[in-house]
Amino acid sequence: MLSKVFATIAVAITGSILLYGVSDFPAFGDPHSPANAGVPGSESVSLYFIEESYKDTKVPNLVTSVLADYRGYDTMFETVVIFAAGMAIFAILRVVGNKEEEVSREPVENSFTNGDHSRIIVGTTVRIVVPVIQLFALYVVAHGHHSPGGGFQGGVILGASFIIIALAENLNAALRRLSEQNYVRLAVVGIFIYALFGVMAQVLGRNFLDYGVLAPLLFTDGPEMARSHSMLGVEVGVAFTVTAIMFAIYANLSSRGQLEKGL
Amino acid sequence: MIFAFDIIILVFLVVAALISLSVKDLLSASMIYGIYGFLICLLWAEMGAVDVAFTEASVGAGVSTVLLIATVFNTRRRSSD
Repeated sequence: MLSKVFATIAVAITGSILLYGVSDFPAFGDPHSPANAGVPGSESVSLYFIEESYKDTKVPNLVTSVLADYRGYDTMFETVVIFAAGMAIFAILRVVGNKEEEVSREPVENSFTNGDHSRIIVGTTVRIVVPVIQLFALYVVAHGHHSPGGGFQGGVILGASFIIIALAENLNAALRRLSEQNYVRLAVVGIFIYALFGVMAQVLGRNFLDYGVLAPLLFTDGPEMARSHSMLGVEVGVAFTVTAIMFAIYANLSSRGQLEKGL
Repeated sequence: MIFAFDIIILVFLVVAALISLSVKDLLSASMIYGIYGFLICLLWAEMGAVDVAFTEASVGAGVSTVLLIATVFNTRRRSSD
């Protein structure tokens, strides 16, 4: 009880200090704040991105061009962090062999729509909705240049579509569509796709992830379109890894590492 | 940026955060955490950070809620403190 009192006091003090700090912030959307206009006497980074990113990369969505090109290194290792998180959960939870009890279940022909009424309703809805979700996920990945979206969001939505299958039926139904072997492969392949773009730029004599030099390989006329296309390739790699890891985390968490039955 | 809309979302946000911390049933806490994520997503979309809002909607409100529920089902449902 006493610890709760102290915790409340600590939270109150920290919160008031943070709120006091907020009063020093520039106003929301202030064009003269250091983040927007740069430190006096030097060039503003955000101004450069706003003015030049379309000329540099021919990508209308500024966020995508910063994320996948100007800060491609950052995004690559974000993907690696997600991969490492998935592998850590795999290492902690996954139980290989030594099954607790082998329950022989009758293989049901179509377990989505067999069983009681609520299962029929949920199963049928999921069967109708999942293709739409997956198509939308691919759209989000591919259209990340022009609208909000990109590899992370699309990958999460694609992973969620497999999770929905696992929730509506059971984990095995989802694992039949994306098996353990395949999702680990998918995660690794995603990072390799990303790294490949970086290494190809290095092979052609530029810095790691400097896509502009890939123009002859991607059959484009000029470094701008090469950067745009490379960003798409990189986003696809991110989407692969995120899809696989999201589903892997769910599969291991929901079945206590047995990868059977699920919730 | 509409001031009244901001205030409404922020009030709901604080309420959702407090409820999800104080409720004893961990399943309800995870669901309310999902609502919290969705409110933050609304706030970001309203402030013009659509990409961030999109990520929060899919990760924060969607998948992480499911992961929390999966964890609750495999542990105990009641909070001990």
